[in-house]
Amino acid sequence: MAHDNHNLAIFRGAVKFKSNVQKIWGVFVFLSIVTVVEVVFGIIKPAFLTENTFLAMKLLNWVFIILTIVKAYYITWDFMHMRDEKSGLRRSVVWTGIFLIAYLVLILLIEGDYIFEIYKENYIKFDF
Amino acid sequence: MEATVVETGTEGKTWGGGNQPLKASYGKMMMWFFIVSDALTFSGFLASYGFSRFKFIDSWPIADEVFTHFPFLHGVEAPMYYVALMTFILIFSSVTMVLAVDAGHKMQKGKVTLYMFLTIIGGVIFVGSQAWEWATFIKGDYGAVETKGGKILQFLDTEGERVALADFATNIPTARQVHNESEGVWYEAEPTKTSFTYEEVKAGFLANDNLLVRTQYLNEHGEPTVLSREESVAKIVNDGKLVVEGANLKHNEYGPPLFADFFFFITGFHGFHVFSGIVINIIIFFNVVIGTYERRGSYEMVEKVGLYWHFVDLVWVFVFTFFYLV
Repeated sequence: MAHDNHNLAIFRGAVKFKSNVQKIWGVFVFLSIVTVVEVVFGIIKPAFLTENTFLAMKLLNWVFIILTIVKAYYITWDFMHMRDEKSGLRRSVVWTGIFLIAYLVLILLIEGDYIFEIYKENYIKFDF
Repeated sequence: MEATVVETGTEGKTWGGGNQPLKASYGKMMMWFFIVSDALTFSGFLASYGFSRFKFIDSWPIADEVFTHFPFLHGVEAPMYYVALMTFILIFSSVTMVLAVDAGHKMQKGKVTLYMFLTIIGGVIFVGSQAWEWATFIKGDYGAVETKGGKILQFLDTEGERVALADFATNIPTARQVHNESEGVWYEAEPTKTSFTYEEVKAGFLANDNLLVRTQYLNEHGEPTVLSREESVAKIVNDGKLVVEGANLKHNEYGPPLFADFFFFITGFHGFHVFSGIVINIIIFFNVVIGTYERRGSYEMVEKVGLYWHFVDLVWVFVFTFFYLV
């Protein structure tokens, strides 16, 4: 990343900052708002989000996870300067991580749910 | 990047080495390599947390009820506010870090020094807060009784408020003789002593008719199941085994032992990353102060350590979500 070729537009170009320092503060404000929204949701726990589920998970938890990924995106793209790196570097870091993590999480959660069913429906008891 | 200090002398020749097809220096590439592998380590931790939680999905503690403390506000229910503040502090120290990197690109030594210093302060506050979280978690709140099956029973009054063991346990005087290693042929160190024995808690529970037991199993509303008085008495008398106060790796008063284990391992591993980040930041800070990078003509080291620092922040964003929110 050279000195002065920062990409200063965020939100797909909807917001464009005049300098890199301004962009940093802009992203900080955005991340803070997202964190505050998360905490408010976590304390209020709106009923329509906790009672409805999507893919066996409460909507509220989906909201948390999506907001977390949004935060992770802006930390990586703007604080870690991914936005300014070559696409080859960006893809090799991001897609490698996303693929391996998504696979691991998927397979472990399915296995965990399976073991839960076994404990619940069968006579196997546990103590650990 | 022009900041690279190592020159091979064959620049410009395609196969002569020293090419940077990704336009990132060797050091920065290696920092990205490390970050990817470290991210996989953390996701391994978090995924196994998810695995264990799905395994005990009907009896996992609710984070809001576990982390309710705020420093200097005793007895005030403040679910998650302190963790949210910690998150905020860490994100802010990321901001000062990225400002230091930006000032480094402009070769402004004074600003880099200031922002690095602020970053270190933010990190120290965060680690201190985490130590406080640990201390509160280990000390515990109300205390509980563990059953023979290793389940946790917590106590409520009829209004549904949690009741601490100290509020109802009767004191049964007993004589204890303490053995020393020098006196016995066979000696085993005494396990941690709780403030009350199981017998004292049981006697106190039977004497107070307004007490109920709450199991760790969640009902259809996602709240722990509260037993009726008769069921509670039967549960305590038949299944109770020992008193649990606070948390260690084997027992905790919040729920399954795995809950505390993962708490210690995940936040501990992250806290260790923050700690090592602070140490590296301090080294870089003094290098900035004595002008190493000014002479080198590039502040790329600040950028590399910045990558690490942001990564630690990134991990915390996920830990915060999966440990405290979801």
